[in-house]
Amino acid sequence: MDKISNWGLFPSILAKESSPRSVSELKNYLSTNPEFIPRGNGRCYGDSSLAKNICSTLKLNRFLAFNQEKGIIHCESGVLLSDILKVCVPKKFFLPVTPGTKFITLGGAIASNVHGKNHHKEGAFSQFVISFELLTNEGIVLECSREKNIQLFRGTIGGMGLTGVIVSASIQLKPIETSYIKQKAIKANGLDELMGLFDQYQNYTYSVAWIDCLKSGKNMGRSILMLGEHASQNEIEALPIKEPLSLHSEKQFKIPFAFPSFTLNHLTISIFNALYYGKQWKKEVNNYVHYNPYFYPLDILSNWNLIYGKKGFVQYQFAIPFENGKEGMKEILSRISESGTGSFLAVLKTFGSADSFSSPLSFPMKGYTLALDFKVNQKVFALLDELDLLVLKYGGKLYLAKDSRMSKEFFERTYSDDFKHSNQFNSLQSQRLGI
Amino acid sequence: MNNLLILGAGSDVGVACAHCFAENGFNLILASRNVEELQKEATDIQIRHGVNAQSVFFDALDYKSHSSFYQSLPMIPDAVISVFGVLGDQTLAEKDFEHARNIIDSNFTGNVSILGTIANEMEKLKKGTIICVSSVAGERGRKSNYFYGASKAALTAFLSGLRARMFESQVHVMTVIPGFIQTKMIEGIKTPAPLTAKPEDVAKAIFKGFKKKKNSIYVLPSWRFIMLIIKMIPEFIFKKLNL
Repeated sequence: MDKISNWGLFPSILAKESSPRSVSELKNYLSTNPEFIPRGNGRCYGDSSLAKNICSTLKLNRFLAFNQEKGIIHCESGVLLSDILKVCVPKKFFLPVTPGTKFITLGGAIASNVHGKNHHKEGAFSQFVISFELLTNEGIVLECSREKNIQLFRGTIGGMGLTGVIVSASIQLKPIETSYIKQKAIKANGLDELMGLFDQYQNYTYSVAWIDCLKSGKNMGRSILMLGEHASQNEIEALPIKEPLSLHSEKQFKIPFAFPSFTLNHLTISIFNALYYGKQWKKEVNNYVHYNPYFYPLDILSNWNLIYGKKGFVQYQFAIPFENGKEGMKEILSRISESGTGSFLAVLKTFGSADSFSSPLSFPMKGYTLALDFKVNQKVFALLDELDLLVLKYGGKLYLAKDSRMSKEFFERTYSDDFKHSNQFNSLQSQRLGI
Repeated sequence: MNNLLILGAGSDVGVACAHCFAENGFNLILASRNVEELQKEATDIQIRHGVNAQSVFFDALDYKSHSSFYQSLPMIPDAVISVFGVLGDQTLAEKDFEHARNIIDSNFTGNVSILGTIANEMEKLKKGTIICVSSVAGERGRKSNYFYGASKAALTAFLSGLRARMFESQVHVMTVIPGFIQTKMIEGIKTPAPLTAKPEDVAKAIFKGFKKKKNSIYVLPSWRFIMLIIKMIPEFIFKKLNL
């Protein structure tokens, strides 16, 4: 038994984690553990991949095939997205969808049906999953795709690991010419302006905005919108870039200890946000950046989760439909800014339509989505309960991969109950929410 | 480009060495009894590192096959790493000679046979490197695992003799003496964390030692010190210790 928590460090539980190295070891694990949850690299924030018994896929981490003509890669489920980048970028391919960290497993990306800055245009991870092999509670490995075992294919994508253990998967990569991103960053003084900009630039492949949540009144929603496109060979030719397909550096920095929990308070966060916003003087900046700082700015710190202290933090990510979305977002942001319990990062983006090839537990839905961090303390849970009511009022829902505290009742009112799974696969979250 | 043969490549240290050398441009021949499982490892290495890697069958205890095994390899290796071996069960070995013999054969006799064959071939070519993983357990026999320890002691002695013999032929022999390694072999046994190396650390140390043509390397430097002390304890005290 070891103490295990996911990226938010909350909750932290005693659990037994095993790491099978092959399909036969995995089958053996399945037959001797009547109840467990599969887990990848533990980068979900809450309790989605926590249970008394945990089956880690990290040792199932082999590349099985790479079709360089079609850009299709087949790997075991414990391979990290960072490893896939190392293999595919030099061959002029990129991940079709990537979340804000590259340190998640392929299996985790499927189970949480992750999204990236291109959801409004290209959809979630589900769109690019060609097929996968799933070990079910019956102890057999089934190949699932849009043609084979369709129900299981749908149920597993975004299915939070509750349908079985993903053994391997094939995904379609995206062709690129360089590993650089042509970036446009625009300052917005308030929420109305920001939402206008999202509309105006909806044809950009990548878009995301950082919002300063502590600003209220007329400055509420002060933000920077960051747009991006993969840079072409021609575009970067004139620039002093030696290797157009360079990879991310493996170098990471480490925070030497957990910050004392008083470090992040209203004042320090205001300063941080002011600096972040003030860093950009011009209304609009256009430049070229490597994919690593563009997509994964926080990966440079190997343990940034410690900045909230040992007690950890909760992420709160909700989505609400575009209809009345602006009002909803305003109401929620003013509630947060009133509370003074600020968020270090507030990230806003737009979602395109939900897709038909993912589980009812999958998160993305057409509308706006906002992600916030809160340091764990007594006050925060009460605030989040209040925010839940607002999310409900505007017809939204919360992202399961980031949740550690929503109530069963709230879950039932926001997600469909059209989801069945074997009792062998359960997490603290699935039990809390009665999934 | 250089070719590397790994004997017992399915072990954790074997796999780690494979990745480490492939990353540095070596083509690989991965040899073990489990060809099918190892072929997956070989494919993974090809995709990750863009080198040629293949898996071949090898049984350390089938001495008669060793010569033909080496002759039929798909490419002539410039370097060999031998990592096969078993820990065995000390108490079982005390009662059952067959088990004791299996420990000795797997760790010692098997290496004498295959490394002997390879050394003779490399001697003719006047080039090559032989790397073999022994153990700190071979530095002094302890009551908790002296069968394993004795087999590794014999191996260490064999390697030092072989190194001296091959010196004139410009064939280099390197002995690797790791302490505890976080592997399948010691799964479930509690070992002190600062003295326990990861297989990747062992692989990196081996690669570094190979580059620098070291004769003998300890993976974690603290082990050299610990073993020095253990070797210095007088026998009349040592025999009473529960080590």
